[in-house]
Formats: sequence, structure tokens, C-alpha cells
Amino acid sequence: MTFDAVVEVRLRPGIADPQGATIERALPALGFDGVGGVQVGKSIRFTVEAADEAAARSLVDDLCHRFLTNPVIEDSVVTLTAAAVA
Amino acid sequence: MARHVAVIRFPGTNCEFDVVEAVTAEGATAEIVFHDATSLGAADAVVVAGGFAHGDYLRPGAIARFSPVMEAVAAFAADGGPVVGICNGFQVLTEAHLLPGALQKNAGLKFRCGMVDLRVDSSDSVLTSGAAEGQLLRIPINHFEGNYTCSPGTLAELRDQDRVVLRYVDNPNGSVDDIAGICNEGRNVVGLMPHPERAISELLGSDDGRVLLRSFLAA
Repeated sequence: MTFDAVVEVRLRPGIADPQGATIERALPALGFDGVGGVQVGKSIRFTVEAADEAAARSLVDDLCHRFLTNPVIEDSVVTLTAAAVA
Repeated sequence: MARHVAVIRFPGTNCEFDVVEAVTAEGATAEIVFHDATSLGAADAVVVAGGFAHGDYLRPGAIARFSPVMEAVAAFAADGGPVVGICNGFQVLTEAHLLPGALQKNAGLKFRCGMVDLRVDSSDSVLTSGAAEGQLLRIPINHFEGNYTCSPGTLAELRDQDRVVLRYVDNPNGSVDDIAGICNEGRNVVGLMPHPERAISELLGSDDGRVLLRSFLAA
């Protein structure tokens, strides 16, 4: 089966996020009041071939831990969906 | 102490020639070893030079870490061989788990380039053995992601084991505990953000990098 994977990489709680803080500080000057808690991460999209969703998730979790995130400062949220059959 | 230094170059490394020049000036020989090499040859010391390995894509050092040469560097380090990672090289060594922690974007999102004052806080490492504890060194920095970060547990371990070898006198990047350079448990692997290879002559504004390079070459 083919799965579409979206990995959202985020800074772990407690790790300073200078990009998020800078964006948040700029918001009032642009007239956006009431916006807070800005966090900047990245999203990585790819497809995975695997026997089933559990196998796909195991592969992507391993990929996240060993390569796509640095566990010292980042964690990730994985979303898997079965790709539409062409 | 005729050292032969392997200077590691990934696609995007740009400080390798400065390192070769600096260690050669101290009487060592040096060769540039490319990222796809599986052996360090006759080298008895390794420098992972600065730059932007693999464009710093994903994270600095994240892709370089999987280069064939890093297996040779890890084996060399495990045997007690002296290894220093400078700037991007420090980032590569943390990603390769040869040193703990990680290097984040600088506080304030400023690319910092200039001369800084460092304090030698431990002379028990291959890079600082010839320096006196408390000695101040003027050495340039040149980085965007030099903000050293680690878990509270790791920080406690680094302090307890006296493994913070260099601290900034005036922290330029927000690094935890003003850390500029650390060593591993064996004290033979050191990573630092400042560039000692660019401080080898008064003509360059400082020759304070020489005491570090000489320590390394005598290790």
C-alpha cells in the first residue's frame, strides 16, 4: 500500500523559538491583535510503501527519530493517510 | 609531535583550507579528506572544518552525519584519537552523537560575525591542554546556529565532569551557561563554535587560536 505521510517537526516544549518570538512581536505593528503562542516548525511530506498502516507508521517513526528531527530540541507529529488509488 | 591531520570536507564545507594553513604553520602536515572516504589514512588527528555541509538543509550537520567518512571519524574517536569540530564541524559532531546537545538558531536571530572573548574553563581536553584555566582568548565567531542547547541533565553532567572547556565572556548567541565549546567524556573530542584557525596571526587581529591548535597537535 502507498501512504501519504506528513511529518510536522516542532521545537520541544521549553526550547526557545526565536523565529516564533520574532513573528509574535511583529504582529501588533501589523494590526493583528489577540494572536499569541506563535511557534515556527517545518512540515515534510512524502509517500511510503508499506504492507499496512502499522508498518508505515513504524518506518516513519524510525525515520523521524534518526533523521528528520533532532530529539534534543525537536519532536514530531506524523499523519498518515492511504493514498488515493489512481 | 609531527602530526598528520585529516581535515574533513563535506559538500559545502568552506573552512578546510584555513585549517590546513593554520595547522601547517604549526609544523603539522595535513590533507583534506572528502565526505565519501571510508578511511582517514595515516592521519593521527582529525578536524571537522566549518562551512555549510550539505547546505545545512534539514538541520546543520543532519545530512553530513550519514557520510561514510563519519563512520571512520567515530571509530577514530572511539580509539581515543583527537578530534575537533569547529563551527559547522561542532554541529556535525552533535548530530553524529559524538558530543551531546544541539546547536540552535542564535537568540535574536542574528548572524553573529566578529571577534569575541573566550575564557578557558577547563584545560583538560585535547584542544585546551596547553592553555591555563581562566586564560582569556580573542577568537572570531561566524555563525547563525551557534546557540548551544541541551537537557538540564546533560548540562549538569557537563558541569560535574568539567567538560565545558570554553565559555563566552559576553554571550553572543544565547547558548546555555555561556557555552562556547565542550568535550566528550574521553576528553579527546572537542566541539566549539569559534574559529581558532582564523586567529593565528596578529595580522588577523589575534593569534590566540595558536595555543589551542598547538595543544591539539601535541595531544
